[in-house]
Amino acid sequence: MAWTGAALTALVLLAVLGPLLAVALAAEGPGRLGAADLAAIRFTLLQAALSALVSVLGAIPVARALARRRFAGRRLFVALMGAPFILPVIVAVLGLLAIFGRAGWLNAGLEAVGAGTISIYGLTGIVLAHAFLNLPLAVRLILQAWLSVPSERIRLAASLGFSDADMRRHFERPILRAVLPGAFMIIFLICTTSFAVALILGGGPRATTVELAIYQAFRFEFDLGRAALLGLIQAGICIAAGLIALTLMRGGDMGGGGLDRPPLDWPGDTQRGRVVDGLAITGAGAFLLLPLGAVLLEGSAAVFGMPALVWEAALRSILVALGSTALAVGLAVPVALFAARGRGWVETLAALSISVSPLVMGTGLFLILFPVADPVALALPVTGCVNALVALPFILRALIPEVRRAEATQGRLADALGLTGWARLRLAIFPRLRRPLGFGAGLAAAFSMGDLGVIALFSAPGAATLPMEMYRLMGSYRTDDAEGAAVLLMLLALGMFWMFDRGGRVDAGA
Amino acid sequence: MLGLEGVELKLGVFHLRVDAQVPRGQRVAVLGPSGSGKSTLLSLLAGFLVPEAGRITWEGRDLTRLPPANRPMSILFQDGNLFPHLTVTQNVGLALRSDLRLTDDQAARIEETLSDVGLAGMGARRPGELSGGQQGRAALARLLLQDRPVVLLDEPFAALDPGLRTEMVRLLTALWHERALTYVMATHDLRDAERSCDRIWLLQEGRVVLDRPVEGLRDDPPDALRDWL
Repeated sequence: MAWTGAALTALVLLAVLGPLLAVALAAEGPGRLGAADLAAIRFTLLQAALSALVSVLGAIPVARALARRRFAGRRLFVALMGAPFILPVIVAVLGLLAIFGRAGWLNAGLEAVGAGTISIYGLTGIVLAHAFLNLPLAVRLILQAWLSVPSERIRLAASLGFSDADMRRHFERPILRAVLPGAFMIIFLICTTSFAVALILGGGPRATTVELAIYQAFRFEFDLGRAALLGLIQAGICIAAGLIALTLMRGGDMGGGGLDRPPLDWPGDTQRGRVVDGLAITGAGAFLLLPLGAVLLEGSAAVFGMPALVWEAALRSILVALGSTALAVGLAVPVALFAARGRGWVETLAALSISVSPLVMGTGLFLILFPVADPVALALPVTGCVNALVALPFILRALIPEVRRAEATQGRLADALGLTGWARLRLAIFPRLRRPLGFGAGLAAAFSMGDLGVIALFSAPGAATLPMEMYRLMGSYRTDDAEGAAVLLMLLALGMFWMFDRGGRVDAGA
Repeated sequence: MLGLEGVELKLGVFHLRVDAQVPRGQRVAVLGPSGSGKSTLLSLLAGFLVPEAGRITWEGRDLTRLPPANRPMSILFQDGNLFPHLTVTQNVGLALRSDLRLTDDQAARIEETLSDVGLAGMGARRPGELSGGQQGRAALARLLLQDRPVVLLDEPFAALDPGLRTEMVRLLTALWHERALTYVMATHDLRDAERSCDRIWLLQEGRVVLDRPVEGLRDDPPDALRDWL
């Protein structure tokens, strides 16, 4: 088995690095960078920094409230904080448009009282969407740090009579100092590679990200040299941000378990604290639920009247997602078995590969395929492959620690009983991997289902995935159909996650 | 005297019910297997939990609903007794002022207490720079400055190696002699109870099934204790 794992690890590396190399080779000299490109670089960094800042600052009161309050529905709320991770980005954006958009609820309200209107396009909208998608992640990261404070220390504070101010000084500030830089950086990284948000809400000279510029160089100018150069720049930004994030996050855990542990009584509690916490929970709940509620409300009725194109696209998406999931899981298991045997560098590489922009990978694959085949005809397989590679680090993150645990316990027992090879894997190791595999497969399926990245580069009419078709509907102002498609897409992505995750839990025993 | 009068608490299927007293200046070891309610009992005494029925008293005064900080008690945990981001002086100083705005006079008292427990000159260090034994001493120094008559000890030796255990037992015994303190110590180790306490309570499924002096325990172990051992 060892050589299979090694070979597949090498294959994955090649699949990630090959396109990067293709991009590097095809890139033109930096002399071709115009003012617009420099503006795109500046805008990418600016929007990512602002998005990360808003997400993290907004998350602090929410995490604090979750850490020190017991209330009905707390577990549900914590679970909700995991949802945007598997929610298709385009659905989230449509939901935000329904609230904050030109004809949205907020502007309707503002106009009714004669306060004018606000526009969600450009920097504001991009930051808003990124905050919607990443605030929950920031909440989870901060909450995890908060709940990792030993309960003895909180009780000690109670017995020493700590006031609200003392608690802030001796608990809150040290916790935040430790967790905020890493949380900021990981969200910054995510926001530099969130193509779909920029595609829908950005554009124009003042709101174009590097990824959006790549897409435009591709689709509108078919200037492959410039697209590759921009791809190289994007890769540079991501890898730099990824390295910093990795250093800052060391020791931290992104997966997160035990977040629903009931909080202890928080010493030094005040009436004001209770009010602030209540506002944080209701505010965050409204911010996250209203857009989704709006999509469901306005889209549910439209589902049945949608054109056949949408249903065909949905079927295509399901097939791509299933293929992508099979590939991701098929790669993840041998790589995890390989990595678990003391090869920490595989884990580090996997973590770092989160920072590879799928769009850059797509550009590289296009460059590789273009001379030998018609990339457009291969749009769906390529999308599935890139989706699988994007999901891989997340699956590995869930899988590798569990393989290590299984090896340390049942693996030793199996060795003592003389089990080897396939029998050893099947009887001793795999049973322990069902849960993380189910979870990982669910993630991969949901990611692929909701992906609007590579497909936008390659896709031709008649071969679109559901998110792509939905984007087209939005572009042609067929809002009803787009909202119907959004409901379908949301149900499919969340449903697929649920089914796989559930499959890993049922009868899992341990 | 520390009194537990008909104190009751239900946590899920677990049901604790205790009627018992600790005379002032006595040292009681609460023994029992895990799940017997040792920690719950200490949490009730410290005020982290409130009983559903009954009263907890000290010298006749009702403590049942007092918050932890207002009770005549200090508590020492198995670990997690110090804040890692504060220096030893600051950690100890929390006993005097939780906002750490210390007067010169208070700073001098802290220094004095530190040298009492053998940590003279180490006030500027952080817990991470101390050995396990020194961390225990720093926590004891804070306990001394808190100057509360009752000391609750929650498995205080469980995380220590045998050498440190002996050292801590010695320190706790010296303190008790010097200040006439009352100890309530949760432990699962009979030897720790014998070395540092006068009485034992054996706790089983939330009840005190044995309450007797430590003396003569080995020569004539009661049935309940023998079963448990």
